[in-house]
Amino acid sequence: MSEIKDYASRLSDPASRRFETFSYLPAMTPKQVRKQVQYIVARGWNPAIEHTEPEHMAGSYWYMWKLPLFGETGVARILAEAESCHRAHPGHHVRLIGYDNRRQTQGTAMVIFRAR
Amino acid sequence: MAKFATATKYSAGVKDYRQTYWQPDYRVKDTDLLACFKITPQAGVDREEAAAAVAAESSTGTWTTVWTDLLTDLEYYMGRAYRIEDVPGDDSCFYAFIAYPIDLFEEGSVVNVFTSLVGNVFGFKAIRALRLEDVRFPIAYVMTCGGPPNGIQVERDRMNKYGRPMLGCTIKPKLGLSAKNYGRAVYECLRGGLDFTKDDENVNSQPFMRWRDRFDYVMEAVKKSEAETGEKKGHYLNVTSPTPEEMYKRAEFAKQLGAPIIMHDYLTGGFCANTGLANWCRNNGMLLHIHRAMHAVIDRNPYHGIHFRVLTKALRLSGGDHLHTGTVVGKLEGDRQATLGWIDLLRERCVKEDRSRGIFFDQDWGAMPGAMAVASGGIHVWHMPALLAIFGDDAVFQFGGGTLGHPWGNAAGACANRVALEACVQARNEGRQVEREGKEILTAAAAHSPELKMAMQTWKEIKFEFDVVDKLAAAAT
Repeated sequence: MSEIKDYASRLSDPASRRFETFSYLPAMTPKQVRKQVQYIVARGWNPAIEHTEPEHMAGSYWYMWKLPLFGETGVARILAEAESCHRAHPGHHVRLIGYDNRRQTQGTAMVIFRAR
Repeated sequence: MAKFATATKYSAGVKDYRQTYWQPDYRVKDTDLLACFKITPQAGVDREEAAAAVAAESSTGTWTTVWTDLLTDLEYYMGRAYRIEDVPGDDSCFYAFIAYPIDLFEEGSVVNVFTSLVGNVFGFKAIRALRLEDVRFPIAYVMTCGGPPNGIQVERDRMNKYGRPMLGCTIKPKLGLSAKNYGRAVYECLRGGLDFTKDDENVNSQPFMRWRDRFDYVMEAVKKSEAETGEKKGHYLNVTSPTPEEMYKRAEFAKQLGAPIIMHDYLTGGFCANTGLANWCRNNGMLLHIHRAMHAVIDRNPYHGIHFRVLTKALRLSGGDHLHTGTVVGKLEGDRQATLGWIDLLRERCVKEDRSRGIFFDQDWGAMPGAMAVASGGIHVWHMPALLAIFGDDAVFQFGGGTLGHPWGNAAGACANRVALEACVQARNEGRQVEREGKEILTAAAAHSPELKMAMQTWKEIKFEFDVVDKLAAAAT
């Protein structure tokens, strides 16, 4: 049997904080992000961008970047909005949401730019 | 002048049930409660008589005529057998469809419905075996029931989990741990990346670990893991108790500690306790996880008992936010199509008749929330692609040994589970066929997760492939 590996996670280490869906995978490449945007559009959900300081990510409400992009199906345009948000707030987590208005919930939500 | 019905004369004695309760011309009303029974009659009892007998004994009838029958409008109150169908590939039994007027059932009482439908009739001598296959609850009745205290959408908002199934783990060994050691196992699972941990159903308040101690230590573990990971966590605190008073006492204490979710066993605890607890949860902002101990006693025999799809409907009406549904892939029984049928009944707003999934009636749930399906029992990382394909997002994948049995401990096991899940969800969203490409997806994810790599090595060869005892009758042609 291989040697037992310690699980490194500490209250004192901010790097131990996660941010829900996909936060146990490596940060997504631009190509991977594009595919997730395509998924949101294909599901008929409304994309939205939010951001926050990492130390305040536990709350329900992050800062909205403008308004949700209702009815927007242009993947490039959605990505451009996310990138502008990231450029304006490089020290923030930026998450992409797909609002499912029919089921009155978020169909998905994922951090696509991790705070630098 | 209005026309009145002619009064009937009283005539004592025993009549064939079919004279009264077999009505093939009956037109079903939207407000009727409909039931489909699989009947295996005794030799020499014909189908119509057996079906009529079941209708009679589960509604207004008794074995002989009584004079007080004439003081009421039995023609209105009786259940009627209105259709008979062959069971495909089995001539020892047949399906009987029975309609009951809504007045026969107390509003909002799952207890009352089942006391009638599966009461004395199941011991009736004229039939060898009887199984309640499906029930259509009219929307008028559904709306009198409380249903899930919160529902899927509210749970997602409260737990902040979107776009993926949730992950849980049942703490083992299920009996014998001290409260403090038990809390340690919980903490390790949650800090490693699971969303929930669960009391085993056997854990109530035994001498080795009283409930209050367990609740205290477990909630310390939940809070520390939340602070450490920055994510919302919960542990299903089992409040199943010997008495309702004790159950509410434990629920109140869980609330005081800030627990987001509690747990109940709805069959051993009973529909009365479950409905009461669901109401309490609705009033107290508490999620309710439902376990189903005893279900296999009731639903496993294909000729006698109650099908699990009916027990699923009973739970959705009585109230619960999670229900164990089987996994299809793990160590416990469950045919894939039939499982898809009852998870639809648990989660969807409107479910259409679909014999290929064993669904005999359209079922409209109106505004009643849906509940999360819980896939639990004998699952590990290699099952993840299939679980995601079968259950989709509105489910909890509940591990046990598949987290706790990791060679490096619970936190590493939990992390392996989470990485595997997220890799599969990411791949699915990218349009890949996760079930077919499962191995590649997991192998690629393991390249950056030593925990997952180790888990995949540990469990690679484990499979559960026994034949299913209760198969769906082949779809009628």
